[in-house]
Amino acid sequence: DDLQTLFRNSSSVIIYSAIISPVRWERRELDLILLLASYASCCRWIWLARTLGSGSLFHRHMGSSVNDLLFSYIISMGLLLKHQNLQLDELNSLAVVVDSEEAKNTTKIKQLLCWLSSIGIKYVILYDMQGVLKQTIRTDLESLTNTSMTPCSVVDAKMVTSLFHFEKMAIEIISLADGKEGVAKAASFLYSEHMKDDSEICYRSEPDFTESDVANALKATGSAGAEPDLLLVYGPARCHLGFPAWRLRYTEIVHMGRLRSMKFAVIVKTMHDFSKKHQNYGK
Amino acid sequence: MLALIDLEMEKHGRKPEPNIFGSVWRFLRRCLFLVLALGPMPNHIAFIMDGNRRYAKRRNVKEGTGHGVGFTTLTSVCQYCFEMGVKYVTVYAFSIDNFKRKPEEVQSLMDLMKEKIDELLEEESIVQKYGFRINFWGSLDLLSEPVRLAAEKAMAHTASNTGPVLSVCVAYTSTNEIMRAIKKSCARKRLGTRGYANCDGESVCEDIDGCVTVADLEENLDTADCPDPDIVIRTSGETRLSNFLLWQTSLSHLQNPNPLWPEFSLRNLIWAILEYQKIYPYLEARRRLAKKEN
Repeated sequence: DDLQTLFRNSSSVIIYSAIISPVRWERRELDLILLLASYASCCRWIWLARTLGSGSLFHRHMGSSVNDLLFSYIISMGLLLKHQNLQLDELNSLAVVVDSEEAKNTTKIKQLLCWLSSIGIKYVILYDMQGVLKQTIRTDLESLTNTSMTPCSVVDAKMVTSLFHFEKMAIEIISLADGKEGVAKAASFLYSEHMKDDSEICYRSEPDFTESDVANALKATGSAGAEPDLLLVYGPARCHLGFPAWRLRYTEIVHMGRLRSMKFAVIVKTMHDFSKKHQNYGK
Repeated sequence: MLALIDLEMEKHGRKPEPNIFGSVWRFLRRCLFLVLALGPMPNHIAFIMDGNRRYAKRRNVKEGTGHGVGFTTLTSVCQYCFEMGVKYVTVYAFSIDNFKRKPEEVQSLMDLMKEKIDELLEEESIVQKYGFRINFWGSLDLLSEPVRLAAEKAMAHTASNTGPVLSVCVAYTSTNEIMRAIKKSCARKRLGTRGYANCDGESVCEDIDGCVTVADLEENLDTADCPDPDIVIRTSGETRLSNFLLWQTSLSHLQNPNPLWPEFSLRNLIWAILEYQKIYPYLEARRRLAKKEN
């Protein structure tokens, strides 16, 4: 009964979107009003809102899940034109963190890469904790591009040990070993450099290098790379699973759900939301 | 008018709860926490206290008022966390990047920090009541001297407390913490390695890979005596970590509720715990796997 009402309201929302989509509505509020109209006509939602208090956690939680579902269907039907013209100037590189168990599904990973390429992403960093992607996807990408290391204009190839090309997109594949272990290697490098250059070694208590020295050491040991602007997490939980700390400073981290239920429309919506973001960087 | 109301809110937050209502509320809270504790409870929660300035802007009051109400929220949240059995609470109070703000804003934040640190050490404060131990993590030498001295005094004063641990990150960024850990590791390695260096300047590190390890770095981080956070909550709906505990949050559940920090309340905290309990089996499995591989 409730599902029927919800379905009826969802259909009316889709029809309204079809009618208004030829006009380029910039105001996101209008989308929300349309969806709220469908909620308001569903008596059971109103009853829940009254019982648990307006803006209750339950109502909002259920409402946001239904909202996301409706949005993804509307977007996938190409009815919201503003989602089709994505402004990706701010997105220099995108990272994808996948749970290692889910990363074994190479078909889904390849599909994801195709989708990202179709959106126009130039640089993708694929990460999983246990290096499953390095073992599976790497081989396929090597055969696809006929080369294991291709110089890329986006990133200095010397910095990156596993860089591939797929259509117009550069792909870097990393794992936990490139995170904390990478920093330890850089520390060892600095240690040996400090010992070499410092003649007053017996008298100084602590070396005086800076964050940029650490960044240079990471480059020298092959553990550096682009800092992604956006990180998509595919897995049961919103965790970055050990993504290299030095590259995660100001990255927007978005949880996309499980890899097996990934949807193109959700990726488009995430890109759209990212394009609206504004960072102060501490100011 | 709104400014006066907000000042009253600030002061009200410091007053003890009135008798019967307060006791009933405490009793109900205890029952609620008992029910919550039927599921797995986090040991360490970290908060990025974002949204104080937006809170003040929305209410057309001075920015300082937003920070003041934010402090009241901090004391309430710490109280609830302790009552729930959360042993470690970490908060991101001031980033090194925040020094880029206008000098008068930075100065007012420093003054507020000193005032609140002194308040925390007062007799009837929450620290004395619950026996909190306070840590200040970050490059404290970047702080103004009064604030740095107040922070050091607070740490010394509470060092022997055995209750919950409140860690306040000031003049902190994760990359700065990692850099300081590298410096300390290098200094310790140099002192601890036999036949390693002589005063003629000859030095050898034959096996570069074996020189500094991940364990060496972790021993020298600010968070060395603290477990990794189970949950990291950033209020105001923002999705980034802004250089906060990047090393320690590999298997932390990252949450970003919409309310601004001064609006963060008990129900938001409870919802955060429920979300954590939902994915706890997954996180626990990953932690066991990571330990096995190490």
